[in-house]
Amino acid sequence: MNHPFLPLLVMFAVASVIVVALLTVASLFGPKSTNAAKNDPFESGNPPTGDARIRFSVRFYLVAMLFLIFDLEVVFLYPWAIYFRHLGVFGLIQMGIFLVILTVGYVYVWKKGALEWD
Amino acid sequence: MDVNLVPLLPAVQVLVTALVVTLRDLFIKDGESRGVLAFYSLVGLGLAAAEVFFLLGGRQEGAFNDSYMLDRFALFFALIFILAAALTILSAIDYVRQTGMREGEFYALILFATVGMIVMAAANDLMVFFLGLETMSIAVYVLTGMWRSNGRSSEAAMKYFLMGAFATGFLLYGIALIYGATGSTNLAQISAYLLDQPSEWPVYLIGGGFLLLIGFAFKVGAVPFHFWVPDVYEGAPTPVTGFMSVAVKAAAFAAWARILLYKLSPLDNDWVFPLWIIAIATMTLGNLLAITQHSIKRMLAYSSIAHAGYLLIPIVVGVEWGGLPLLFYLLAYSFMTLGAFAVLTSMTEGDESKDGYSDFAGLGFKRPFLALAMALFMLSLAGFPPLAGFTGKFYVFRSAVLSGHLNLAIIGVLNSLLSVIFYLRVIVAMYMEEGGAAGKSFRQAPFVYIAVAIALLGTIYLGILPADALDWSRRAFGSLE
Repeated sequence: MNHPFLPLLVMFAVASVIVVALLTVASLFGPKSTNAAKNDPFESGNPPTGDARIRFSVRFYLVAMLFLIFDLEVVFLYPWAIYFRHLGVFGLIQMGIFLVILTVGYVYVWKKGALEWD
Repeated sequence: MDVNLVPLLPAVQVLVTALVVTLRDLFIKDGESRGVLAFYSLVGLGLAAAEVFFLLGGRQEGAFNDSYMLDRFALFFALIFILAAALTILSAIDYVRQTGMREGEFYALILFATVGMIVMAAANDLMVFFLGLETMSIAVYVLTGMWRSNGRSSEAAMKYFLMGAFATGFLLYGIALIYGATGSTNLAQISAYLLDQPSEWPVYLIGGGFLLLIGFAFKVGAVPFHFWVPDVYEGAPTPVTGFMSVAVKAAAFAAWARILLYKLSPLDNDWVFPLWIIAIATMTLGNLLAITQHSIKRMLAYSSIAHAGYLLIPIVVGVEWGGLPLLFYLLAYSFMTLGAFAVLTSMTEGDESKDGYSDFAGLGFKRPFLALAMALFMLSLAGFPPLAGFTGKFYVFRSAVLSGHLNLAIIGVLNSLLSVIFYLRVIVAMYMEEGGAAGKSFRQAPFVYIAVAIALLGTIYLGILPADALDWSRRAFGSLE
């Protein structure tokens, strides 16, 4: 019974018991009032207007996706820049290849018109 | 750090080809012929194949501290992938034009998927393997949905993506657990750990192994992780279906063979029995459900599940007997399946795919060559001598008998008998029924004919003269270390 993960199991058990107990007590003894306002979706205190399921232009998704890709590119550049001295010419060439491949993608989205809004 | 870029050559060749195709496509105006893109792709694949042969002659080398091993095993699979990609592109040239798919993206994505597969087969590190797997999977998800005006295609892509992403989660979690247990993602170190302390394996190491197993079983479409296969294979554009059922499956089996069958073989005892059940369930269910299908494309999807079952036999059999039949069967399976899908591709009319049995009625009289080829592919898939499928099945069942899994061999042979029902139905429809089959003539789709002819040659060659390929498979599996 001295498994190293035993405390973890105990913690999970205690946590589950507390959660279930609190929820049960709250639903048994808590005051209950139901009205229409309680069922409304929460919009920071304003009365909700319109439907939540409105149509967005697909371009938003496109822009988000492109942002993600080129944002990640920069994320990869940071550690490389900090370590640049150690990596030397080899690192420069490697990063160059990485950037060339991404540039092909950039040219692609540009020529396909993904960067134009209309 | 030990950096050696030579082993990357074939993968980089295909990658550069894909980038060139992507860029070249942008500078062709709408309405102009894009045939040059297919030509570039085929030349690039041809160069990559030449490099593979060149590297076969040299000594085995690893790149990046041996986390990428381009040994004979990887080269063998690289050739299968290159062959599958080339035949897919050949049979797709007319198809993509007809259905109004974007040609440049189609060829480029096939090439990107091929890069991922080569990396998967050569991966000697779980993280490198995962990179290859994702490169392949994401490209294939998109390829599945390439036929955008067709609702079935989009539905298939969505299903495949959701299920595939879920399975990837299993794989990644398995990798994480194995890393946690062994302290490394490098397969050489993991295998050293397994041999070193067989008594002190933590439970989660076995758990990690099983999660990997589930991930692989999903990728090859083994029962009970096969539910996506029929819908996705039916919805995807026909050349892509052929590519998926051959190349994606071969890539998954390559990684399975290297990682689970070979490097993690000390864990065999834990999963031999579950795998035994999975293998039997996969072939039996695949064959039984294939009988009830009305669409030949869907029948081939179930048949590909059944063949995954046959391919699992060598994996159950284990590392001692299983290597040669696994590799040889995959090679044989590639030729006959790609051929069958190429014939199916030629049946497309306008933007309608004609893949019911009734659409094949009378093909034997209208297009004798296509019908003859299809008949031979069907016989080969069913396992009739002297075709590739027979030789492949013979060695698979032989390995089961030799290693003492007689029950597997018997169930496998019974399953082959069962499969004759639906394979012969295609031949019956083509030769004994009247109907207005819609196969294309050589003039209408010359490249499909070339693809069919290549696949047919391979199917017959591997059936009659398998010695070279067998020897090659043996040495390929023997090169794992």
